[in-house]
Amino acid sequence: MSVPRFLVTSEPLSVERLASSLEAAARHAGEGCGGIATFVGVVRATHKGRVVTYLEYEAFQPLAMKAFDRIDAEIRAAWPDAGVGIHHRVGRLDVGEASVAIAAVAAHRDEAFRACRYAIERVKQVLPVWKHEYFADGDAWVEGAVADVDDEAARTRAREVACA
Amino acid sequence: MRVTVQVFARLRELAGRSEWPCDVQSGATIAEVWQQSAAAYPALTAFTTAVSCARNEDFARMTATVQDGDVIAFLPPVSGG
Repeated sequence: MSVPRFLVTSEPLSVERLASSLEAAARHAGEGCGGIATFVGVVRATHKGRVVTYLEYEAFQPLAMKAFDRIDAEIRAAWPDAGVGIHHRVGRLDVGEASVAIAAVAAHRDEAFRACRYAIERVKQVLPVWKHEYFADGDAWVEGAVADVDDEAARTRAREVACA
Repeated sequence: MRVTVQVFARLRELAGRSEWPCDVQSGATIAEVWQQSAAAYPALTAFTTAVSCARNEDFARMTATVQDGDVIAFLPPVSGG
């Protein structure tokens, strides 16, 4: 079964399936695939000292696909030999479950690591997804970045982190 | 003319609904749609400096002009990952 490179889903994530699908696609392109960098974000048990019971993630799905297109194009422009895939989970997640899975393939490790790090930084900046945390004693929406896909300063920050 | 406003996450909770029609003058911008929405649902006002937007399911600027029938989405700060 083919694995889409970009996905918002209520099903559990598998970074292994994403990575192997990207590797298979990159194997015979250009120099071939020499490395895979992956990142898996998981639900942490605490937030600022409070005990997390579970989380709910909500997405604006059609806009998320547009954000993925932008991130994909940015990565292709910066690291032409790298390929990336991003899967984000929505719905209710328990502590320890994967909320985001990212895999980046490239001919060499440097580009794979950079593309992977850039992808998670951009997810945090622009992906229209919202986290609602539930604690033993209440709940709260988490408010991160004001999403602006055209903000060059944000792109530069993500690139600097990726290349540090 | 009339556009449809959609809101997500905290904005939806503050407004108490996820979508509503909004009548605006011809030539109105997305920023004007927001101002009208915040007037109708004052709890949204706190987000005036932290809201981003989409028009017909693609990213847009608050300065963009809306057309009759557009679906305008307002997004609170994102927190994916």
